[in-house]
Amino acid sequence: MSTFMLSALPFYPLVSFILLITLGKRLSWQQASFLSVGAMALSAISSGVLVYQLSQSNMHVFTAQLWSWFSLKSNTGTTDVNFTFYLDALSSVMICVVTGIGFLIHLFAAVYMKSDENFSRFMAYMNLFIVAMLILVLADNLVLLYLGWEGVGLCSFLLIGFWYQEKGNVLAARKAFIVTRIGDTAMAIGLFMLFKSLGQLNIVAVSEAAQASWQVGNNDAYWIALLLLGGAVGKSAQLPLQTWLPDAMAGPTPVSALIHAATMVTAGVYLIARMHGVFLLAPEVMQYVAWVGASTLLLAGVAALVQTDIKRVLAYSTMSQIGYMMLALGAGAWSAGVFHLMTHAFFKALLFLTAGAVILALHHQQNLFRMGGLLKRLPVESTLFIIGLICLMALPGTSGFFSKEAIIAELWSSSTAGPSLWWCAIIGALLTSIYSCRLFFLAFLGKERFETQLHIEKSKLLRMSLIILAALSLLGGLISLNLQEVFAVVSTKVVNMNEPSWLHTVAILTPFIGIAFSWFFFSRYRLGENNEIVAKQNSIYKFLRNGLGFDTLYQWLLIRPYCFIAKLNQRDIIDQVIMLNAWYVRLWHDTLSMTQNGSLRWYAAAFGLAIVCLVGVVTL
Amino acid sequence: MMLTIIIFGLLICGGIAWYMEGIKQHSARWVALASFVAFAMFFAFSIISSSQNFSELQSLVRIAWISSFNIEYALALDHLSITLIILTFFLAIICVLVSWQEIQDKQGFYYFNLLASIAGIIGVFCAVDLFLFFFFWEVMLLPMTAIIAIWGHENRHFAAVKFFIFTQVSSLLMLIAIIATAYFYSKQTGALSFYYQDWLEIDIPLHLASYLMLGFFIAFAVKLPSVPVHSWLPDAHTQAPTAGSVLLAGVLLKTGAYGLIRFVILLFPQASLNFAPIAGVLAVVSILYGAKMAFAQTDLKRLIAYSSISHMGFVMLALFAFNAVAYQGAIITMVAHGLSSAALFSLAGMVYNRIHSRNLNDMGGFWQSAPRMGGFALAFAGAAFGLPGLANFIGEFMSLVGAYQHFPVLVMLAALGLIGSAIYGMVLFQSSFQGVRTQYIADLSIRELMITGSLLLSLLIIGLYPNLLLQFAMGAPSL
Repeated sequence: MSTFMLSALPFYPLVSFILLITLGKRLSWQQASFLSVGAMALSAISSGVLVYQLSQSNMHVFTAQLWSWFSLKSNTGTTDVNFTFYLDALSSVMICVVTGIGFLIHLFAAVYMKSDENFSRFMAYMNLFIVAMLILVLADNLVLLYLGWEGVGLCSFLLIGFWYQEKGNVLAARKAFIVTRIGDTAMAIGLFMLFKSLGQLNIVAVSEAAQASWQVGNNDAYWIALLLLGGAVGKSAQLPLQTWLPDAMAGPTPVSALIHAATMVTAGVYLIARMHGVFLLAPEVMQYVAWVGASTLLLAGVAALVQTDIKRVLAYSTMSQIGYMMLALGAGAWSAGVFHLMTHAFFKALLFLTAGAVILALHHQQNLFRMGGLLKRLPVESTLFIIGLICLMALPGTSGFFSKEAIIAELWSSSTAGPSLWWCAIIGALLTSIYSCRLFFLAFLGKERFETQLHIEKSKLLRMSLIILAALSLLGGLISLNLQEVFAVVSTKVVNMNEPSWLHTVAILTPFIGIAFSWFFFSRYRLGENNEIVAKQNSIYKFLRNGLGFDTLYQWLLIRPYCFIAKLNQRDIIDQVIMLNAWYVRLWHDTLSMTQNGSLRWYAAAFGLAIVCLVGVVTL
Repeated sequence: MMLTIIIFGLLICGGIAWYMEGIKQHSARWVALASFVAFAMFFAFSIISSSQNFSELQSLVRIAWISSFNIEYALALDHLSITLIILTFFLAIICVLVSWQEIQDKQGFYYFNLLASIAGIIGVFCAVDLFLFFFFWEVMLLPMTAIIAIWGHENRHFAAVKFFIFTQVSSLLMLIAIIATAYFYSKQTGALSFYYQDWLEIDIPLHLASYLMLGFFIAFAVKLPSVPVHSWLPDAHTQAPTAGSVLLAGVLLKTGAYGLIRFVILLFPQASLNFAPIAGVLAVVSILYGAKMAFAQTDLKRLIAYSSISHMGFVMLALFAFNAVAYQGAIITMVAHGLSSAALFSLAGMVYNRIHSRNLNDMGGFWQSAPRMGGFALAFAGAAFGLPGLANFIGEFMSLVGAYQHFPVLVMLAALGLIGSAIYGMVLFQSSFQGVRTQYIADLSIRELMITGSLLLSLLIIGLYPNLLLQFAMGAPSL
C-alpha cells in the first residue's frame, strides 16, 4: 500500500498538469482551480499519510520502483539507473514541506491570479513544478535527481517569464535559467567523476562505497564534493551564482513564494544534506560550504538594507537565510540546517504571500517609498507580516528562533566552522533584524505615501491560507524532526573546546539589539514626519542596491566578451577561409575567360607567342 | 532480397509518382506517402519475422556484379543499420507530410527525388561491398542536391553547389582510400575483393592503415559534420526547403556517424585508437564552436543548423572514446538528434510558411496567437539543450559518462557545451515565441500537429524508456 502511495505521489499534480495544458482555456476558473488545488491537496494528504506510516513501521525507509530507466556498465559492474523513489526521514521532511506549503500557496495563487486570462497555464506550470520538485527529493539515484533538478529549473524559467510580453521578464527568466545551468554543468561533471571513481550513481550505494573506499581527505572526494557544491550554489542562489534571484522577482508573487523561497532554492541545501556521506570525507569542501554560506549571508543582508522594492528585500533575505542553511551544513549541523529549511519555508512563504496581498491592494505598487501607514489601513495583512518578520528575526518562541539558534549553537566548536563563522552568523542576525525593521517601518508605519484607493481583498480562502502559514511560523518550532538515522555520523565537533558561556546569551540578544538600533536609526521612516522620504541615490547606495556589483562584474567578464566574439565571428571565419578557395578559382576563371574574346588579332598574337616560346625551349 | 525490393521499389515508386503527377495533380504526394508507409511496414515485418540474429552483421544478399574486379552486390543488416533504417522511414514520412502544402511546382519530380534519396540512404546503411557503398553514397547525394537547387530559397544555387563540391571532394578521398585498401588486400591475399567481411580479416601495417583510415575519416567528418569541414551545412540547411532540411539533419548526418562506426573504427581499430585524441579534440571544438556560432545567428534555420553541428560533436566524442556506455550514448544521440532537429526544422518551416521570413528579428510573441506551436517549440528547444525526460538527455549523458573514462579533460570541456546549448536554446525559443507580439500567426493545423506530436511522443518514449533502443545497441561491435 505504501509503495503504491509513494509511487503515485508525483502523479496527482502531473495528471492535473496534462489536463490543464490540453483543456486550457476551455476550463472555467472554478474547474481549473479545483483541478490544480485539489491535486495538491491529494499530494499533501498522501505525504502526511506516508510520513505517518514510515514513522510507525520498523523499516526506516520506503522504496518504490516505477520502471527501469537505463543501465551503465563500468569496470566494477553494472549500475542500474531507475525511476525509483526513496523515502527516508530527510525526504519525508522535504515532501511535507513541498506538498504542504505548496498546497497553501496554490490555494492563495488560485485567488490571486483569478483575473489573469492565462490562469490555467499558470496553475499548470505550478503543478508541473511540484512534480519535478517531488521527483528531485524522492529520487534514489543522482540521475533521477538531476531530472528533477532540471525540471524545476525549466518550471522556474516558465513561471518567471509567465508574463512573457514584457521584455524584462523574458530576460530575467533567461538569466535564471542560464546561471543555474552553469551550476548544473558543474554538478554533471561531478556525476561523471563519481561514476568513474565509484562505479555507482545510486545515492545509498554511493555513500556506502565512498565510506568503504575513501579515507577522509581523499582527492576524488574533494573534487566531487566541490563540483556538487557548484551545482548547489547555482540552484540555491549562493555566491558566486546568486545574481539570478533578485531578478526572478519579476514573476508573479505566488511564484516567488513557492519557488524562490520555500522549495526550489532549497534544492541545493537538500543535495548537500543528501550527499553528506561524500562531504564528510572532504572536510576542506565543508569549510568552503560554510564560507560560501557565511559570505552570502552577509552580502545579501547588506544588500537587503538598501532595496526599494519590497519583493527584492525578501529575495535578498531568502538568499541570506539559505546562507544560514549552507553554513549549518558546512559546520556539520545537518539536522539544524534541514530544520531551518522547514521553518524558513513557513515564514518566508507567509512574508511573500502577504507582501503579494499588500502589492495587490496597492494596485501592483512594489516600491517601499510609495507605501507607508498600512498598519492602520490593512490591519490583517500587517499583523501577518509582523508575525513573519518576528520569525525571520528569530525572536524567542518563534519557529525561526528554534532553528536559527540550533544552527548558531553548533558553529563555535565545529571543526569545519569555528568562532569566526559564529561571529558572521551573529552579524548576519543583526543585519536581518535591521533590514526587517526598515522594511516594516517603510511599508507599514509612518505617513501614507500612496495616492491610490486601496483595493482590499476580502477572500476567505486567501486569508485562510495566510493564517495557516502564520500558525505554522509561530508554532513550527515545536515540530521535532527525527533525522538521527539519516545523519547518524560522527560529530564534527572539535574535542575539548571550551565554549564561552556568553555564546547563547549574545545569540538571543542580537535581534533585540538590531531592533533597538533600527528604532532610532530609522525613526524618520517610523514616524514619517514629512512626506519627502525617498531612496538615497548616491553611488555607494546604488552599488549596494545592485547586489554589490556582481551583475556588472559578470557583464564585463563573461557576457560582453562572449557576445562580442559571437558577433565578430558571425560569418564563421573557417567558412571565409574556405570561400577563399572559391574566390581563387573564380579569379582564374575570370582571367582565363578574358582570353576567349573572339578577337582574331588576339588569337594570332597568342599563336605567334606560343611558337616563339616553343622554339626557344627547343633550342635552349 | 527484401532489401533489394525496398531499394529498387522506392526508386520505381519515385518514377510512378513523377508519372502520376502528370496525369492527376497532387497525386505524387499520395504515392510517396503510400510507398513509404508500405515499405516501412514491409521492412518491419520482415525483420520481426526473421529468424536471424541481428546482433551480428547478417549478410542478406551476395551476388557477383562486376566480376572482373570482384565487385559484388552485397547487402547486410545488423542492429545498428536496422535502427537507422527505421529512423529513415519515420523521417521520410515526416518529410512527405512537411512538403504537403509547401511544394507547389514540379511536384512529380520533387517526390521522385525524395524517394530516390531515401533509396540511396537505405542502400548506404546496408551495403557491405565497399564499391556498392560508394555507389549508394553518391546516389543519395544527387537527389539531395537537386532538392536544394530547385526548390530551395533565395540563395539555393550557391548552397547546392557548395554542398555538392564539399561532399564530392571528401568522397574522392574516400574513393582513393577504398581503392588503396583493395589493392593492399589483393597484395596480401592474392585475390581482389571489396567485400567488408573480407576486409575485417586483413592486417595492414600501422603507418599505412593510418592514411587509409584518414581517407575514410575525412569523408565522414564532412558528412557528420565536424569542424573544420562543417561550413557546407549552414548554407545547405538555410537554403533547402523544409523537407530537405529535415532529411539532411535527420538522416544524412547520421550516414556520417554510421560510416565512422562501420568503416573507420571497426575496419581500422588500431589506427582509430591512435587517432582518438585528435578526433576527440575536433569533437569538443565542434561542440563549443557550434554552440557559439548558433548563439550568434539571426537566421532561425542557421541557428538550428549550427546546433546540429554541436550535437554531432557529442557523437564523435562518444565514438572515439572506445567505451560501451559511450557507444550506447552515441546511438541514442544519433536517433534523438535525428528526431529533435527534424522537429525544429519542421517548426522553422511552419513559421516560414506563415511569415515568409527566417529572421529572428522579425519574430516575437508568437505564443499569444499560436500557443500549441509555442508549447511544441518549447519542448523541442528543451530537447536541443538536453532537458531530462527527452531522449537527447540520455544520449548526451551516456556519451559524456562513457567518454569521461577515456578523455576526462575533453569531457569537462564538452560539458561547457551544456551551458552553450542553454544559451542558444533560450535565444531560439524566446526570440520567436516570447516578447512583444509582432504579428498574428495561425496555430498548428491537424497535419502539423501530427508531425510535431509524433516527433515529441517518440522523443518522450525514448527519453523515459530508452531500453527500447538500447536493447538493440547492446550488441556493441566488439571494442
